[in-house]
Amino acid sequence: MTIRVYISQDTTAVSVGAERVAEAFVQAARDADLPLTLVRNGSRGAFGLEPLIEIEMGTQGRLAFGPVSVADVPSLVTAITDGEYERHSNYLGPVNDIPWLGNQTRITFKRCGEGDPADFANYRALGGYRGLERALTLSPQAIVDEIKVSGLRGRGGAAFPTGIKWQTVLDAQGEQKYIVCNADEGDSGTFADRLLMEADPYQLIEGMTISGLAVGATKGFIYLRSEYPRAQRMLERAIDVAMAEGYLGADLCGSGQRFELEVRMGAGSYICGEETALLNSLEGKRGVVRAKPPLPAIEGLFGKPTVVNNVLTLASVSSILAHGGAEYARHGVDRSKGTMPLQLAGNIKNGGLIEVPFGVSLNKVINEWGGGTRSGRPVRAVQVGGPLGAYLSSDQLDVPLTYEALAELGGMLGHGGIVVFDDTVDMAKQAHFAMDFCAKESCGKCTPCRIGAVRGREVLDKVVDSTASSNDLILLRDLCETMEQASLCAMGGLTPLPVKSAMDNFPEDFGVTDNQYEVAV
Amino acid sequence: MLSQYSLPVKAMTASFEKTTEKTVEQTAAKHATAQGGLLPCLHEIQAELGYIPNDYLESIATAFSLSTAEVHGVVSFYHDFRTSPSAPQSIQICCAEACQASGSRELEAGVADVLGVEFDETHPTHNYHLERVYCLGNCACGPSVRINDDVYGRVDLASLPHLVSEAVQS
Repeated sequence: MTIRVYISQDTTAVSVGAERVAEAFVQAARDADLPLTLVRNGSRGAFGLEPLIEIEMGTQGRLAFGPVSVADVPSLVTAITDGEYERHSNYLGPVNDIPWLGNQTRITFKRCGEGDPADFANYRALGGYRGLERALTLSPQAIVDEIKVSGLRGRGGAAFPTGIKWQTVLDAQGEQKYIVCNADEGDSGTFADRLLMEADPYQLIEGMTISGLAVGATKGFIYLRSEYPRAQRMLERAIDVAMAEGYLGADLCGSGQRFELEVRMGAGSYICGEETALLNSLEGKRGVVRAKPPLPAIEGLFGKPTVVNNVLTLASVSSILAHGGAEYARHGVDRSKGTMPLQLAGNIKNGGLIEVPFGVSLNKVINEWGGGTRSGRPVRAVQVGGPLGAYLSSDQLDVPLTYEALAELGGMLGHGGIVVFDDTVDMAKQAHFAMDFCAKESCGKCTPCRIGAVRGREVLDKVVDSTASSNDLILLRDLCETMEQASLCAMGGLTPLPVKSAMDNFPEDFGVTDNQYEVAV
Repeated sequence: MLSQYSLPVKAMTASFEKTTEKTVEQTAAKHATAQGGLLPCLHEIQAELGYIPNDYLESIATAFSLSTAEVHGVVSFYHDFRTSPSAPQSIQICCAEACQASGSRELEAGVADVLGVEFDETHPTHNYHLERVYCLGNCACGPSVRINDDVYGRVDLASLPHLVSEAVQS
């Protein structure tokens, strides 16, 4: 009996030992004369269970074991050869019955973890490229209309309606148009783009190709951050295969339509996740933000009409075209349609990727999926939406995760990153870090961000050193207001969000003694 | 500190200089005709030489029909690009929020003591450079450390030295 064994090649799985576990498993199986086929799949995103081993034996579905350490491997192999695996301490049952995964609504991430991510035939067998095949039978306007019906909004953070953006590019005049995928996922606490590119690269390629057909663009670029070497290798491999299979290139599936795709690497600059800075970087320039208007949809890459969308937005397009916009819009609430891939991170027991319809409460995500903090201490603060998102306090966790509800709390859902902190966190230090990071990563184009962040850090230096006065905090608020109102892009405009929310929700960490202030003066 | 890794500076014999010049010129010529080819060009030069020598910014600029100042502007904007030789290996400690929440502040504070090297410096006897990085996309299993191209999760001060001695090639 040959068994099929699936062990992930995802960055996070490997970071906690999947590579060594795979080697140990192959060795132990050889020693036990157990014939096996090893498949290095992508991760399902249940990072609390990684390294996760899935085993297919005979007619049974895949059985899951995790988290498996190298030390667990010999006993696991013995348990399998003896048929007693159900009693093994790592046994989790059939993979589809694991509640952490089963309770999700997977649309964009449904294929992740199913097989070798670069296996083209497997992607097709799992429903891949149906969206493109349908798009090839539609007019550009009909494709854009389908996206409008789906209600899809940009998953990168700004949540702009994708259909409207595409319509603008479709209507723009220009012989050359471009599709640019923003894969510069620099926000701490987010990894959904990386997971998808490493686990299901064809879905992104398919979505970009559909986008090209929709707006009349023949060339696409994936701007990928240099911190993601595994994603780079996977994407480049997949692009080569798609070219060879006729799903990219001069004659898409024999239709006579053209779409070419290239991966371009960033160079360690956070601001290049901002779309206009990204375009400058792609053009080979400093990643400096551009003033808008003109919108990239009108004058984007090399001055041509350009769709700039996040990885998850473009990937979602594949299933929207395959199953229809109305089907996608069935999920979610209000103007937050479809599903949102949340990323549960930081001090959390069972972190990972959770794709659910919009509207699930933050509390449920942290406690039911996450299982509380990894340290076992109480949750004190949660930063939602990346480094530019607000710090929520533990009494705000009932908030339903929709764009609107987070905005009402003065925060934002952003790219869906959720970073949990326990009660040892010093919120003044977190506010200090926000300003410090902005000072380091500001592109320098506009004064409020370039100078404001430095001044903000200086004031917060005093807060952290317990030498700040109440006047300093007044000054800090004033500075935050200037940055919010007058910065050119979201970096300067939103850095005040974590700072002010930390001050508002955790005032006890910003204690000031006016006495010290007077002495200093 | 860098002296032992400064082979390209110290041993800059005529033939070495010529090879370097040729590498830069050929790489620049290859990318100059591509759309937005400057970043891929700089990445490739750095991958070949370990850094982007200031002396050759002019020839890169010529190939791209840019001014030397413009090329310098691009090189200096991005954290990844270096204009001086560095150790061939790198250790990056993630210091962003998700890792802070799971203990990277302790790691950041104690790393110099356990490894014997400060941030942004090269280890005096081992062949690596220590840097801070802001997010490796491994946020559910922090604190994260990248050694060369490999990311490690749930790293703490106790596990770091062993990890480094295994992963860094001396």
